Amino acid sequence: MSQVPVIDAENLQKVYGAGGTPVVALDHVTLQVHQGEFVAVVGASGSGKSTFMNLIGLLDRPTGGSLRLDGVDVAKLTPNQRATVRNRKVGFVFQGFNLLRRTSALENVELPLLYAGVSAHERAEAAKRALTQVGLGERMGHMPNELSGGQQQRVAIARALVNQPALLLADEPTGNLDSTTTREILKLFVDLNVNHGITVVMVTHENDVAAVSRRVVQFKDGRVVMDGPPPAEWTPAVPAPWHTAASAPTSEVA
Amino acid sequence: MNLFTLLRLALRVISRNKARAMLTVLGIVIGVAAVIAMVALGAGAQQNIAKQIASLGSNLIIIIPGTTNIAGVRGGGGSSTTVDVDDIDALRREVKSITHLAPANRQQVQIVAGDANWGTTVQGTTPAFYVVRDWRTDVGTEHSELDEAAHNKVCVLGKTVAAQLFGTDDPIDQWVRIKKVPFRVIGVLSSKGQSPMGQDQDDTVVIPFSVFRQRLAGTQRDQIQVAYAAALDADSSQAAVDEMTAVLRQRHHLRESADDDFSIRNLADMAAASREVADSMTLLLGSIAGVSLLVGGIGIMNTMLVSVTERTREIGIRLAVGAKSRDILVQFLVEAVVLSAFGGAIGVLVGWLVARLLNDATGWVTIFDPTVAALAFLVSGAVGVFFGFWPARRAAQLDPIDALRYE
Repeated sequence: MSQVPVIDAENLQKVYGAGGTPVVALDHVTLQVHQGEFVAVVGASGSGKSTFMNLIGLLDRPTGGSLRLDGVDVAKLTPNQRATVRNRKVGFVFQGFNLLRRTSALENVELPLLYAGVSAHERAEAAKRALTQVGLGERMGHMPNELSGGQQQRVAIARALVNQPALLLADEPTGNLDSTTTREILKLFVDLNVNHGITVVMVTHENDVAAVSRRVVQFKDGRVVMDGPPPAEWTPAVPAPWHTAASAPTSEVA
Repeated sequence: MNLFTLLRLALRVISRNKARAMLTVLGIVIGVAAVIAMVALGAGAQQNIAKQIASLGSNLIIIIPGTTNIAGVRGGGGSSTTVDVDDIDALRREVKSITHLAPANRQQVQIVAGDANWGTTVQGTTPAFYVVRDWRTDVGTEHSELDEAAHNKVCVLGKTVAAQLFGTDDPIDQWVRIKKVPFRVIGVLSSKGQSPMGQDQDDTVVIPFSVFRQRLAGTQRDQIQVAYAAALDADSSQAAVDEMTAVLRQRHHLRESADDDFSIRNLADMAAASREVADSMTLLLGSIAGVSLLVGGIGIMNTMLVSVTERTREIGIRLAVGAKSRDILVQFLVEAVVLSAFGGAIGVLVGWLVARLLNDATGWVTIFDPTVAALAFLVSGAVGVFFGFWPARRAAQLDPIDALRYE
């Protein structure tokens, strides 16, 4: 476990509609995620879990508290610096895939490298590697609308990974997928976490998806109400190495 | 992102909606085409004027007797008889900045050759005329000082007169009769075409000045209707005008306060005046074309605004994976410039075609100027930058999370 947490949120706060009746989406959340963790964020709709993800993915700005990514206070960054952090340190996977239409899988994956200033040749090489890694080496030239939902989500994951970020954020990555495809995507996440040391934070509202993780953080009304290993009664959708060590999964955080 | 990537991206986006792109750039196309066609037309008109003025002779100065003023009733230019042959002799003697001086008196006559006859203007003038007007003979010779001295009844025909009287036959050494006096044809003048005032300059016959005085002038044998002088060069033509004015004023005993009773016109000034008219015409037409460019630019702005709104999600995705707002700005700006430059390129082509068609269909001279075409193209690109900036800035200022949530 590295000494500096990958995510270090302290009294993180997000209030919408500051003018009229303010809505508190995130109410003083303090949370740390360390290198190599696999965290599932659960909670009902409107509990603040997506808001939390958007904040740590630097897509949105907090209205209070502090947030450090890899020890860097991101609240003080300029918009351009935030763009650079989004580009280099974080890979984001969305429920709705968010791929560019009429743009091939390969070019979608190349997109972060384009903004990182990587040369055309290296972009193509890295994008091919990432697509092969997620099992889509054969369909690089296809447009998103020619791919199944699971394949589109793999393209999105490849895009999130192509810049080799330390942190993979996934907001309901299996929300639009059937159970078979869900299992494939989850296997991919487990593989990335176990074999490539990528820290995974995944939002879900399904117990069997959350049960794949090593740590479950539950949100309710903008607060963290539970933080620990998945409850024993939840059946994981796919097996992970830490499930076999039945006694105390949390102690095995490497 | 390098320029090549940006251009490729812009071309791809534009080619997705070709009909829209064509309609968007239509304003620019019309604007640029109008600018190029108008300037081509203006340049053609200028060249015409320059050619016509040059056809009068280089460094030409024209001396015309002034208005009469009899008890306050002023006649028109040339109505008086203030300049006579002695004045011409004095000018020849005293003015150093002219090389040649040719008096020319004219009369409307009927000229007869065999069965054919033709009404034309006969000009009695000295051999200097051919030099001053830069008007030489194509066939035969000009009349000489010897012909002047001997009062030889010889004539040089203008192209039109030669064709009317002799058709395709050789007129040299044929006889024609002017006012029942037989003249021998010794030459045919080269073609001058139209004067700046639209007269056929070739419809004339030149005879020796001495013969004109003797046979045609009647009682007004000493009067001069017009005289042509040639200045040493273009720079000295104003000095020549001043010197001649001084000589004539002195000879006519004019007081300091009195107006000239003659007028001396410098052709360079006339050319400048004509050019000014043509210039302001070009400017007027050009500004109308410029307005059309402006309207075209607004069309591009409109399309880009729609495009930014339509592609809000795309912008969100790009921002989410690390695009800086400058990247987005440049992307949309390049798109606008590619659109407008595309319109500009088509406009240059259309303008060139229109100029050529005008030339073919109406006979107006049009001169296509590559510099103007390049300039119009650059301006169309600048229009893209100017009118694309606001939409691009709107795109660049989007918040990532808002853009991603946009439906």
